[in-house]
Amino acid sequence: MASNIVPTSDLEPGGAAPSGFEGDRSDGSLGGVVRGYVDRLRGGDLGALPAVLGIVVLTLLFYALRPETFLTPLNITNLIIQAAPITLLAMGLVWILLLGDIDLSAGVVSGVCAAVSAQLLAQQGAPWWVAVLAALVTGAVIGLFTGTLVALIGIPSFVVTLALFLAFQGVTLRVIGQGGTVPIRDETIRGLTNSYIPVGAGWALAAAVIAAYAVLQLNRWRTQRSKGLDSQPLIVVVGRIVLIAVVVLVLTSILNADRALSKAVDLKGIPYAIPVVVVLLLVLTFLLGRTTFGRHVYAVGGNSEAARRAGISVTRIRVLVFMLSSSMAAVSGLVAAARLSSVTPGSGGGNTLLYAVGAAVIGGTSLFGGRGRIRDAVLGGLVIAIIDNGLGLLQVSAYLNYIITGGVLLLAASVDALARRRAAAGKS
Amino acid sequence: MTVPHAEAGSPILELRGVEKSFGAVQVLHGVDLKVYPGKVTALVGDNGAGKSTLIKSIAGIHPIDGGQILFNGEPVSITGPRDSAALGLEVVYQDLALADNLDVVQNMFLGRERKHGIVLDEASMEQAARDTLAKLSVRTLKSVRQLVSSLSGGQRQTVAIAKAVLWDSKVVILDEPTAALGVAQTRQVLDLVRRLADTGHAVLFITHNMVDVFEVSDRVAALYLGRMAADVDISTVDRAQVIELITAGRSGDIGLAPATVSEVV
Ligand SMILES: Nc1ncnc2c1ncn2[C@@H]1O[C@H](COP(=O)(O)OP(=O)(O)O)[C@@H](O)[C@H]1O
Ligand SMILES: [Mg+2]
Repeated sequence: MASNIVPTSDLEPGGAAPSGFEGDRSDGSLGGVVRGYVDRLRGGDLGALPAVLGIVVLTLLFYALRPETFLTPLNITNLIIQAAPITLLAMGLVWILLLGDIDLSAGVVSGVCAAVSAQLLAQQGAPWWVAVLAALVTGAVIGLFTGTLVALIGIPSFVVTLALFLAFQGVTLRVIGQGGTVPIRDETIRGLTNSYIPVGAGWALAAAVIAAYAVLQLNRWRTQRSKGLDSQPLIVVVGRIVLIAVVVLVLTSILNADRALSKAVDLKGIPYAIPVVVVLLLVLTFLLGRTTFGRHVYAVGGNSEAARRAGISVTRIRVLVFMLSSSMAAVSGLVAAARLSSVTPGSGGGNTLLYAVGAAVIGGTSLFGGRGRIRDAVLGGLVIAIIDNGLGLLQVSAYLNYIITGGVLLLAASVDALARRRAAAGKS
Repeated sequence: MTVPHAEAGSPILELRGVEKSFGAVQVLHGVDLKVYPGKVTALVGDNGAGKSTLIKSIAGIHPIDGGQILFNGEPVSITGPRDSAALGLEVVYQDLALADNLDVVQNMFLGRERKHGIVLDEASMEQAARDTLAKLSVRTLKSVRQLVSSLSGGQRQTVAIAKAVLWDSKVVILDEPTAALGVAQTRQVLDLVRRLADTGHAVLFITHNMVDVFEVSDRVAALYLGRMAADVDISTVDRAQVIELITAGRSGDIGLAPATVSEVV
């Protein structure tokens, strides 16, 4: 802080607005917004840029290498279903990373939760909603345990979750049994990834999402304008709405196209996992951006001492975040189980966690805490799924697959670290 | 201990014989202090004299071991930061404690957000932050929606002070607000300190800098090795005397009794 002596910008108090504070709004013109964006990029805040670039470049790359298979409706649907569990796990991890913590056990927690509900379905013949509820409760209880060890006892999250990474694999093994596989036969849970919304309903849903987004954005803009608050130019707001609309409509039309390989069958529609991801994206985005809880999570991640002095219970926030994240791991575990139609002792192990952390970081969430959004999980999850799917189509050897995926995570972490250095340098 | 002149008005905050020890080490010895509304009181003293400890005691971070704190003439008990905040006491600490990843409005309302149901009421918070900054004639911020990480040292100090003022505080305590600032930014912060007092706040202002003391203060209180050497009107002392009070505990006929000084040295 002692090095913050950069008088350039404020040598002259408010040269532009000598009469008062009224003029001190951010530059609301389109040029101002563009300049602001470029400034942010140069200051190290890359936002969604790396993930969007990654999606575009990787799509072009794999399309060039596998033109006949990569961009078919069938493969795109597979890819999106592949992305769903990664994204859901990453949506929880974003919260943990926002605090500057890490949860190395998130992957195996998704395995434990899936195992619990698979056994309830198989052994007890429980209805699907009991199984789902049980998975969520298991996740929340695990999160309470982890969060307590981290926040109350004060063990670094890295150590706690590294230990639990091992311990929970034991739990899954115990629940499933050595060498066992529990098949998922319940139609509702399997349906997450194996049944599809009727085409008409799919289009209606897409239209509703776009309309709701447009109304919310425009309303917010109108309120800001009418109260003379900081706001973006209308053209930027409209541009965002158009962009979202185009993405939603293109995706819907791909998922609603017939993707069956044989002419005899009809295979089309949005898999039910997609609305699950979208609803959770909206709910968690609201929680993070528009409620006190979300604000306090950012504050704890940015400066926990400031949060403490502001009367925020840092312990409570951290425990709640671990509970939330582990519950999201449960949802992710269920979708992964639906996709494979089974749960094994290895569920949630392997590269599950690496993929999810990679997704969050590629999406723009910082490993250093304080910076991140829920949508990062979606964008980064797509990047990871494209890599995984594309390498599968190329039939690269397993060793190369590991090296490439690990390399991508390292690349994302380097971008994050450099961005942070850049931001720190910009200040002094 | 010495109050040579009759004071206009009565102190809003008064300390009587405040004692504070950390383990076996006694840091504050029978400290008396008066802080008046509409006035800037400079708290001066050498490194380690106990200035930071004194304000942390007032703020409830290190509750006092002995003596009394009076607020508006009534004895009060301050056992935690919540107590001092409830009385209308706001402290701007040396390290400011702002969250770099939040914007100016979000920092000013941190921990006391306004809500509509469960939704944050951003509009009313932004408006109130703007009004507070306007009232303090702060014109150096580009936007109240700027991230704090993009602010200069002086601007950060400004935000921290405005945050304290937002809460209808009666007493604002500042720990070395100009220590890390360049000339121009120090100027801004001193102006702000003056405006705080002019808008009716009682200001207690810790500083090392004699120029700052004589620029903005109405009163000066000098701590010497945990004892209050003087708490006097600024017009009754000159720069050399204040320096003597800081370094020797007494100057001419003001300050600690010679016996006390020789006893502690
Ligand atoms: N938390 C603490 N525990 C033990 N000793 C402390 C603590 N805080 C301050 N001190 C001691 O109290 C004395 C006064 O410190 P401080 O109030 O920080 O002085 P100043 O702010 O005037 O420079 C110093 O000798 C310091 O070492
Ligand atoms: Mg100090």
